[in-house]
Amino acid sequence: MNALALQFIDLLAAVSLLLAFALLIQRRFSAMIDFYATQSLVLVITTSLAGWMTGQRHLYLSAALTFVLKVVLIPVLMHTLLRRLHLDSTVDTVVKLPTTLLMGLLLVIFAFGVARPIAQLSTALASGTLGIALAGVLIGFLMMITRSRAIPQVLAFLAMENGVFLAATGVTHGMPMVVELGIAVDVLIGILILGVFLSHLHSAAPSPGATAREGDGA
Amino acid sequence: MLHGLAGQALAFVAALALAPLLSGWVAQCRAWLQNRTAPPLWQPWLVLHKRLLRETVVAENASPLFRSVPALVFACMAIVCTIIPTLSTDLPLAVVADAVVLVGLLALARVLLSLAAMDVGTAFGTLGARRDMMVGFLAEPVLLMVLFTAALGARSTSLASIVDVLAHRELAIMPSLAFAGVAFTMVSLAENGRIPVDNPTTHLELTMIHEALTLEYSGQHLALIEWAATLKLFAYSCIGIALFCPWGLAADDTPLALLLAVPALVAKLAIGGMLLAIAETVSAKMRIFRVPEYLGIAFVLAVIGMLIHILLGA
Amino acid sequence: MGAILLPEMANWPLLQGLLVSASVWCCLGLIGGIQRRPGHAAHLLHASGAVTAAAVALLALLALPGEPRTLTIDHGMAGFALHFRLDALSALFAALLGLVSAGVSLFSAGYFSTGDDASGRRICVQYHLFIASMLIVLLADDTATFMLAWELMSIASFLLVVTDHRDPATRRAGYLYLLIAHAGALAILAALLLLQVDPMNTSFEAMRENADLRSGSSVVFLLALAGFGAKAGLLPLHAWLPEAHPAAPSPVSALMSAVMLKTAVYGLLRVTLDLLQVQSWWWGALLLGLGLASALGGVLFAAIQTDMKRLLAWSSIENMGLIFCGMGLAVLFSSHGMQPMAALALTAALCHVVAHALFKSLLFLGTGAVLHATGERNLGRLGGLICTMPWVGWLMLIATLASAALPPSAGFVAEWLLLQCFLFTPLLPDPFLNLLIPVVAAVIILASALAGYTMVKFFGIIFLGQVRGDAARACQDAGRWERAGLVWLAIACALAGLVPTVLIRLIDPAVRQLTGRGASEELLATPWILVPVDIDQASYAPLVLLLGIVGTAGGLVIVLRRLYPGRIRRSPPWNCGYEFSSSRMQDSAEGFGQPIRHIFGQIFGIRRELPSPFDHAPHYEVSVRDRIWEHAYLPIARAIRSISAFAERLHPVSITACLMPVFVAMLAIIAWAVL
Repeated sequence: MNALALQFIDLLAAVSLLLAFALLIQRRFSAMIDFYATQSLVLVITTSLAGWMTGQRHLYLSAALTFVLKVVLIPVLMHTLLRRLHLDSTVDTVVKLPTTLLMGLLLVIFAFGVARPIAQLSTALASGTLGIALAGVLIGFLMMITRSRAIPQVLAFLAMENGVFLAATGVTHGMPMVVELGIAVDVLIGILILGVFLSHLHSAAPSPGATAREGDGA
Repeated sequence: MLHGLAGQALAFVAALALAPLLSGWVAQCRAWLQNRTAPPLWQPWLVLHKRLLRETVVAENASPLFRSVPALVFACMAIVCTIIPTLSTDLPLAVVADAVVLVGLLALARVLLSLAAMDVGTAFGTLGARRDMMVGFLAEPVLLMVLFTAALGARSTSLASIVDVLAHRELAIMPSLAFAGVAFTMVSLAENGRIPVDNPTTHLELTMIHEALTLEYSGQHLALIEWAATLKLFAYSCIGIALFCPWGLAADDTPLALLLAVPALVAKLAIGGMLLAIAETVSAKMRIFRVPEYLGIAFVLAVIGMLIHILLGA
Repeated sequence: MGAILLPEMANWPLLQGLLVSASVWCCLGLIGGIQRRPGHAAHLLHASGAVTAAAVALLALLALPGEPRTLTIDHGMAGFALHFRLDALSALFAALLGLVSAGVSLFSAGYFSTGDDASGRRICVQYHLFIASMLIVLLADDTATFMLAWELMSIASFLLVVTDHRDPATRRAGYLYLLIAHAGALAILAALLLLQVDPMNTSFEAMRENADLRSGSSVVFLLALAGFGAKAGLLPLHAWLPEAHPAAPSPVSALMSAVMLKTAVYGLLRVTLDLLQVQSWWWGALLLGLGLASALGGVLFAAIQTDMKRLLAWSSIENMGLIFCGMGLAVLFSSHGMQPMAALALTAALCHVVAHALFKSLLFLGTGAVLHATGERNLGRLGGLICTMPWVGWLMLIATLASAALPPSAGFVAEWLLLQCFLFTPLLPDPFLNLLIPVVAAVIILASALAGYTMVKFFGIIFLGQVRGDAARACQDAGRWERAGLVWLAIACALAGLVPTVLIRLIDPAVRQLTGRGASEELLATPWILVPVDIDQASYAPLVLLLGIVGTAGGLVIVLRRLYPGRIRRSPPWNCGYEFSSSRMQDSAEGFGQPIRHIFGQIFGIRRELPSPFDHAPHYEVSVRDRIWEHAYLPIARAIRSISAFAERLHPVSITACLMPVFVAMLAIIAWAVL
């Protein structure tokens, strides 16, 4: 039973990486937010499962917090922001999409290669999870680099943070509660600031990415 | 051996008979979902019968290649359906061709069809050939990588052995199959001319791929090509079933077990067809320029699936 | 074939026979050179050449399973005798040379019988010297003989490339080829000299014996890779290949692509796996990386070409890339001590060598026939030739399917074996390497799928559709000699695909010689089914597959005829109901390459000129440049030009001033050496 649950955690980590790729290649803002919410939901399930397996109570609390914050609150806030600012256009990427994909693939290879020796040292839950989570973090970082507009960049940052949480769950049974709470409050405040910032920017200039988009001939 | 051959023959006949019905079922589900009156399930069979009765018109400048391709393409697809373990994994003919050969046979059928389309020398034919080859060269690696991901687990490229391993191991979840599954779904939609890539019901010149290839065919030739297309959909569905839900196959090759495996197959195909219809209904057709990107994504996902397998499986 | 091993065969003078054949070729060339009427003599001379080639193939096949045979011709100078050696590796390549050149010579008997006398005479000499030198390269067993034959091969092929020397483009292609061939030869010479341990003994035998005394293997390997890679057209030393192959007459292109490129494979195998006994894993990784780059780059450029011979030349680069991938895997495995896997990888590479030699020579000969009949090599002005040239068309279809690596053809066998190596990689100790292997496999599959695209374009545009130009309308099928050559190669090509077990049995002695391990017992036990490791793991029976396809198709047609007696009527093409349809409405070669240019646009340097919609005389132009040429070759050329301009300015007035520094330097060196 335990082995099955371990494999299930690996599967969830893989799904989370899949969703990170979906975020990387998605062009529409609203779909990106939905993918982020789904990825967070996967994280919630992973955390609760890890809690059930190891019997650590605080993981349940962490899962609940993730659910409220990342599955409900942040997506709703972002959707509201999009609606209010009429921002739901296509994302303009700095690098062409196939190139981004190839870079993503190379990052995955890098992450897996790096994680392998580390994972062999760890005796915790699922050693394979570390590589996948690391890949998720790197993909998030890549997304921040290759996107030129604010909302996808924020989503990329959030996806990266999801990757860090996943790694923490998989390798060390979750971070201390204080750290998790701190990060959660941090993220929330960051999103609120982004909302205020974007609203003001939007009222000042109609589209922050207008100049960058002219170069895209396709 | 004798039972194995009987099972093989049964699988062959089942493929030929069920393939048009599967297409009919998908069309029926789509009609229901779109609030239309559904055609009967056996509509593809009726259409085939009608086409076979009709006169066959061949273009004046067509070479013998044009006339021989429909039967050859049909034969390729029929053999593909025979080597996929649909009812049991005890297939004497499985030694003839493994997963790589299966992909090669699909490619052979595509190349033959594209050459035939170029044979008459119309604008549509060459356009269709070019587009179909474009989809093909991007889809072929994806399919092979998906099969390889499964093959790595079984340490074998023989489809029968792969499915045997997948079906008979203890219940285990393979995370790599999540990626492989998504990639496989994407590529089978593209390969069968389904909606995000091609629309099987359209004849709009600018967007069609598969229809443009078969534009010059009529009568018996067209019947064979359409039958082959339904066989291709059937083959892809069966590969999907064999890789991602290989349960319910005949445990031994007694006639009773084989016959019992047929309803299981039909049930799985029905669910698969329903899912296909839903996927087609909720998505919109993309521009042809987006297709390489779409298949590129599938390619990367398939490779990552294999990487995850190596990371976790070793 | 490999099983026939008569007891007294060990004493048969097979090596001598091969050397005699080489001299027969030389004599044929000389006779051709002094002939009064070379047009008529061409039939006889080239046909005799073909018979000699068949004899070479037979002798080499007989020598395959036996022990290595050696022969030393001492011509008086101590320590500088000519050494020859016939072992399994050279026998395999010699057999291939004989098999292919028999077909090509038969074709040449028809092909070179027309044309003016002077060039016919010249071609006859160069052609036969070229084949003979290739045979000597394969048999040579010391540095001097090897390099002599290698240079003779380069020069003969250079002269053949510039057959049409009145065309400046051809001359340019020839010079580029000569330049790169000589640079490569220098690298090979350096590698062989570094290998030499005993200064007085240049034979390869001495190198083998004293292998453990040597250091600096990696330098030798890199030099050999550069030298043989330049001959093989490996990226980034490929620049000459797409220029030289199209410029040569088609039979010569066929020989260059099918056999001359393979001598580079032979040389690299000889140096890496035979003369150098140690191997590092990074050699394999380097070979694999270069092979992958060549495979992908070659096929991408092939897909966008509009000249049929240039398309085939790029496709040769792709195939050489795949062969080097197989060799890279073999070195990788053998450096980690996994000999069975190394044997499998090497078998795949050698299978590809044979398959490529057969189908590419057939393809080049086919383009030669088309070129003779229509005088046109631009794809955009051909079309519909399968109706006017049925022999060439249908035989080319066999080669096209093989080149597209489709079952049940010869090309597919090689690809199938290569993929099996990737799959059965028992995990290599290096984690990164391990994770890169699937990516490598994916790229190889992508390259071979793209080869399918390219070959559909090639065959579809030349042989199918409506006739595009006037030249293609009134053309005749190939003549008797041409047909005979094409049929010979087509049969060999089809057999190599249908009974691959026979082919692998022929390859096996060479693999056994190089890796110490041969094919598995299963592989040799089952004649009709190809089983690389274990029948539960993978198997492939092409003959059964072909029978299945043909049987199903035939049976179906018969059944349908019984049940539905439908009529068949001929009518104008339907074409979606559009009445007007001209041949210009078909896809052109540029049009067929468009998806590739669109998808892989970043790899090519594309310059496009699009007409505006309101233009009355619209002009469309697209040109694709090779980025490697621009970023690697042109800077070197510029640097050399500026250095020579600098030297020009230093140019002294008299020859005395010129020779003076040289003389002083010479004196200094002698003095330094003596003191």
